[in-house]
Amino acid sequence: MNLVLHVWRQANGAASGGFTRYEVAEVGPDMSFLEVLDVLNEGLIGRGEEPVAFDHDCREGICGSCGMVINGRPHGPNAATTACQLHMRHFHDGQEIWVEPWRARAFPVIKDLVVDRGGFDRIIQAGGFITVRTGSAPEANAIPVPKAAADLAMDAAQCIGCGACVAACPNASAMLFVAAKVSHLGLLPQGQPERAARVVKMVEMMDAAGFGACTNHGECMAACPKEISIDFIARLNRDFIKAVISGQPSDVSRAEQGVG
Amino acid sequence: MPALPLARSLVGRKILMAVTGVILFLFVVGHLLGNLKIFQGPEHFNAYAEGLRTIGAPFFGRGQVLWVARVILLISVFTHIWAAITVTWASWKARPIGYHGLHLVETTYAARTMRWGGLIITVYVIYHLLDFTFGRVNPSYVPGDVYHNVLASFHSWSVSAGYVACLLVVGLHIYHGLWSAFQTLGLHRPPVDRWRRGLAGAIALLITAGYVAIPVAVLGGLVR
Amino acid sequence: MELRAKVPGGPVDRKWDTHRFEMKLVNPANKRKYHVIVVGSGLAGASAAASLAELGYAVSCFCFQDSPRRAHSIAAQGGINAAKNYQNDGDSVWRLFYDTVKGGDFRSREANVHRLAQISVAIIDQCVAQGVPFAREYGGLLANRSFGGAQVSRTFYARGQTGQQLLLGAYQALERQIGLGTVRMYPRAEMLDVVLIDGRARGIVVRDLVTGRISSHAAEAVVLATGGYSNVYYLSTNAKGCNVTATWRAHKRGAAFANPCFTQIHPTCIPAAGEHQSKLTLMSESLRNDGRIWVPTRKGDTRGPDAIPAGERDYYLERMYPSFGNLVPRDVASRRAKDMCDAGFGVGPGAHGVYLDFRDAVERLGRAGVGERYGNLFEMYERITGENPYDVPMRIYPAPHYTMGGLWVDYNLMSTIDGLHVIGEANFSDHGANRLGASALMQGLADGYFILPYTIGDYLAQAKLAKVEASHAAFRQVEREVTDRVTRLLAVNGARTVDSFHRELGRLMWDRCGMSRTREGLERALEEVRALRERFWKDVRVVGAGEDFNQSLEKAGRVADFFEFAELMCEDAVHREESCGAHFREEYQTPEGEARRDDGRFSYVAAWEYTGVDSPPRLHKEPLAFESVHLAQRSYT
Ligand SMILES: Cc1cc2nc3c(=O)[nH]c(=O)nc-3n(C[C@H](O)[C@H](O)[C@H](O)COP(=O)(O)OP(=O)(O)OC[C@H]3O[C@@H](n4cnc5c(N)ncnc54)[C@H](O)[C@@H]3O)c2cc1C
Ligand code: HEM
Ligand code: HEM
Ligand code: SF4
Ligand code: F3S
Ligand code: FES
Repeated sequence: MNLVLHVWRQANGAASGGFTRYEVAEVGPDMSFLEVLDVLNEGLIGRGEEPVAFDHDCREGICGSCGMVINGRPHGPNAATTACQLHMRHFHDGQEIWVEPWRARAFPVIKDLVVDRGGFDRIIQAGGFITVRTGSAPEANAIPVPKAAADLAMDAAQCIGCGACVAACPNASAMLFVAAKVSHLGLLPQGQPERAARVVKMVEMMDAAGFGACTNHGECMAACPKEISIDFIARLNRDFIKAVISGQPSDVSRAEQGVG
Repeated sequence: MPALPLARSLVGRKILMAVTGVILFLFVVGHLLGNLKIFQGPEHFNAYAEGLRTIGAPFFGRGQVLWVARVILLISVFTHIWAAITVTWASWKARPIGYHGLHLVETTYAARTMRWGGLIITVYVIYHLLDFTFGRVNPSYVPGDVYHNVLASFHSWSVSAGYVACLLVVGLHIYHGLWSAFQTLGLHRPPVDRWRRGLAGAIALLITAGYVAIPVAVLGGLVR
Repeated sequence: MELRAKVPGGPVDRKWDTHRFEMKLVNPANKRKYHVIVVGSGLAGASAAASLAELGYAVSCFCFQDSPRRAHSIAAQGGINAAKNYQNDGDSVWRLFYDTVKGGDFRSREANVHRLAQISVAIIDQCVAQGVPFAREYGGLLANRSFGGAQVSRTFYARGQTGQQLLLGAYQALERQIGLGTVRMYPRAEMLDVVLIDGRARGIVVRDLVTGRISSHAAEAVVLATGGYSNVYYLSTNAKGCNVTATWRAHKRGAAFANPCFTQIHPTCIPAAGEHQSKLTLMSESLRNDGRIWVPTRKGDTRGPDAIPAGERDYYLERMYPSFGNLVPRDVASRRAKDMCDAGFGVGPGAHGVYLDFRDAVERLGRAGVGERYGNLFEMYERITGENPYDVPMRIYPAPHYTMGGLWVDYNLMSTIDGLHVIGEANFSDHGANRLGASALMQGLADGYFILPYTIGDYLAQAKLAKVEASHAAFRQVEREVTDRVTRLLAVNGARTVDSFHRELGRLMWDRCGMSRTREGLERALEEVRALRERFWKDVRVVGAGEDFNQSLEKAGRVADFFEFAELMCEDAVHREESCGAHFREEYQTPEGEARRDDGRFSYVAAWEYTGVDSPPRLHKEPLAFESVHLAQRSYT
């Protein structure tokens, strides 16, 4: 089939961008969306034009590198599917496709479809971990974890950090990403000691990184390639309320000054 | 007093909004129950309005308890609005460049119109106060005769129509508001998560219906 | 160059403890004065960087992705081995050690493998404490499965995303250190060379992939954790970015490259669908636990799978290897699949596939039962092929997957360049000629969490290192060389894209230096690769600028290195006149078509020294002695 692509081109963060129209011919149904971009790029290079820049690595939906808004849907029209796993059998001949980058102040564009998702890393730095000095761990089976808790934690832990939730959110909020990590670690016995401090610090960093506020639209869940549920957002809120009522923030700021 | 630490983060502000929202919601419910007495005729209705001012007697003076309620209400309204504005502002700043078109799939009309809803409600309440509490916009305001005042306003088609419109907005706001508050307050635990949408819808519907009934009844001559 | 393996004396099961005691320690107060560069943030790199920082070293960590969390380790599906013996099925450190040496077809260093087996136990403790949500039983204790032909259940797993969960654990530990300021992270940065001063690795030169800026970083020691080179085949199960650049450039600076021809072909991948195929997707090997592999008994049978009656299905692995059946090691399963397809029994487009059938499993366990085990793998398969494995058997075909070869390292994981340590898939590893399933994650984490942090201290405590700054002349020199190379690539301005060259190189390597090899095929390959490399430098087209975000330039640099490396691979494959593990030379097989090892002549690690682009590499041999696991012909029949 033949497709018409309107791709967002932007030379760099400072430059202003715009859509450019391209035609791609002989697209096969078994090709992935990224392979279509490959073909487009081969053509562009042939004509001495700069290829479209886009992040990608594993191409099997697990590394979270790829990410672009395809016809208004982050990662495209298919549920639970990353752009790299989106296959062309879901498009039809002659279709016009608009491709644009994640749009959020916290995700500044680097070039074309490539954005800087460093904000996510900073949120993890703030508290998205369980402190274990290498070698200090107890015997693995010393602490049983109820299967149900482990399974639920795994549901949350599947997050690939792609940023589609932010891209889809009308408020450009990172709530689902943060909620997934807070829930994953908060559901496990190993995560309890830092549970209250973790949620407070991660939430603070989420604001500092410039993400918007969640007003419970649920778009993030619909866009999430790992179908992470907004129930985890409620879970984050509950943890946050508990933490605040138990006077966590002050403990946290003390902890930050290295006391306690 | 955890309200202050809450006010620091957007998540915290959303929580304050939910709490104050629920307070406002309770007022709206109570206010409705009161207003429905209008169907029992002038005496009851005015008695109720009077009653509001004499709750707690003899321990409290006239209107004291009402004022306490009003203060709580005012604090809630301002907190709610303040949070709403700052949260909205943060979200607008969070996406400086918009999409060619973002295709929304999950969200509801109610959720998308919360902010407008809030704005309309604000305007509405101001008019409403001028109408019944201060009598400025009321065609024939008789202090103390609440029953008369309500009828006086609602006999005008345009006023009633305006009211009904605003009441629908309130209903919509409460619908998403309640559901959203479950989420914001972390009350999603099963089995709540299964029926919270329905519950919010039903409550919102009842409230709107109750309120709308009044202007309609007045115009329809049921209440005269 | 001489290879000093530095294997400690004493019985194999005491070596590591003895060594740990004998190693010199760095005074805790001085640790932060030592700057260590870790290139790579995969399981090996992230765990090493985090652990070194915890110990107090000043660490810089580099990766080419936008975040350390995206390293290729994230893609590992099946699981990680550990000799916990939780299943009480007779597993032990010794058995894991034994299986790994045997599975590696006796081409690995006994001492390293035993250490790996010993440490495997601590890895699981560490990861569980980090919050890795491993699968659990109803009692809340850890679940295990048997994996890749092992006859004990020693594999720990987190659904089909074990690598992801392990990497996130290491990544979170790393981010914590970054937050504490003990690790400086450089994402979107590609290492393009190592810098030697007085024969020691004292830093690296990197290209900032966003700005294109070339910069130098000085340190007391350099650690390469840059993964494997399967992408030399273009089509592989590796992430698109996986490359040989870091290790190859180190090789050119004097690090010996060991056993480059030991590349593992994974039997259960989704067959290529067309010419635009950009990578191959692996279906976890665990599928072989319940899926049955077959082809039609009739050549070129074009009927749909369900139209083929039971009598006309050849479950060839079960037929040839009654005791192991569908669970024979990877190399055997892969080669048999290729044989079947080459013989014309293949199925699907281009007849490049065999069936992996779950019909019986569904009957036995029910759809739910099968879904419980393989649900997300089935979804993945359906997403890619549009076919539902519950009803239609999967089509699978072998694909390049893992590289046992890598930079040669001694027992302390140090290469032949002093101060240059190599961990994870990037080193020539403990897997000999063939890696067992679920052992790479184990090795990467063993190296990073529990071995390197000790051995690097031993190096730093003894090496008398003068302080050097990145302003040192040696850095300027290397920067110049690196910049020249970039400008040269941009200057060619020919007619063909980088990918088209990479594709051609890949096809060539797959045909001649892939699953089965012959002398004349390899010798032909050597010439073809050289010719192609020359054409590349004449005809490649890289648009854009060097001082910019330029993905085709990144690719060009990597492919250029693959060209030079491919030659070494073929050299190694020609020279090794035996069949062992994943290296199958058609000239050396038993009448039954099984690999024939030649321990008399080839029981050694082939470590190659670089002598210049067009001069042949020099071979050094590290003899392998097997004192604990007596040499046996691998037999799965
Ligand atoms: C699909 C798949 C499934 C697998 N499943 C399993 C399994 O179930 N069990 C198992 O044990 N093993 C499995 N493996 C193997 C295992 O995943 C890898 O061997 C292992 O993860 C390698 O880890 P690593 O840290 O050595 O390298 P990687 O994880 O590849 O990390 C390489 C790092 O180096 C960086 N890097 C590379 N080059 C440069 C450069 N030039 N400059 C800067 N940085 C650079 C990259 O950014 C990355 O951070 C699987 C492999 C694949 C492909
Ligand atoms: C048909 C619908 C309504 C009717 C008939 C009605 C009627 C009245 C009347 C008669 C009063 C004056 C009471 C008094 O002074 O004793 C009043 C006050 C008030 N109403 Fe309403 N109301 C309606 C809907 C609403 C709604 C939907 C809201 C909120 C969103 C609202 C908010 C208020 C407030 C804040 C006051 C002031 C209460 C006070 O004096 O403290 N009303 N209303
Ligand atoms: C009738 C009185 C009101 C009631 C009962 C009410 C109730 C609520 C509730 C329960 C919420 C949900 C809070 C959350 O999920 O965190 C909410 C949200 C909100 N309210 Fe109100 N509110 C009222 C008046 C107002 C007013 C006067 C404004 C004026 C700006 C306003 C603006 C908002 C906004 C912007 C939100 C957040 C949007 C969202 O969560 O989607 N509300 N309200
Ligand atoms: S929550 Fe989902 S959408 Fe958001 S980053 Fe994680 S995987 Fe991507
Ligand atoms: S879409 Fe946005 S508003 Fe909340 S529920 Fe998801 S983050
Ligand atoms: S490229 Fe890894 S998720 Fe798409």
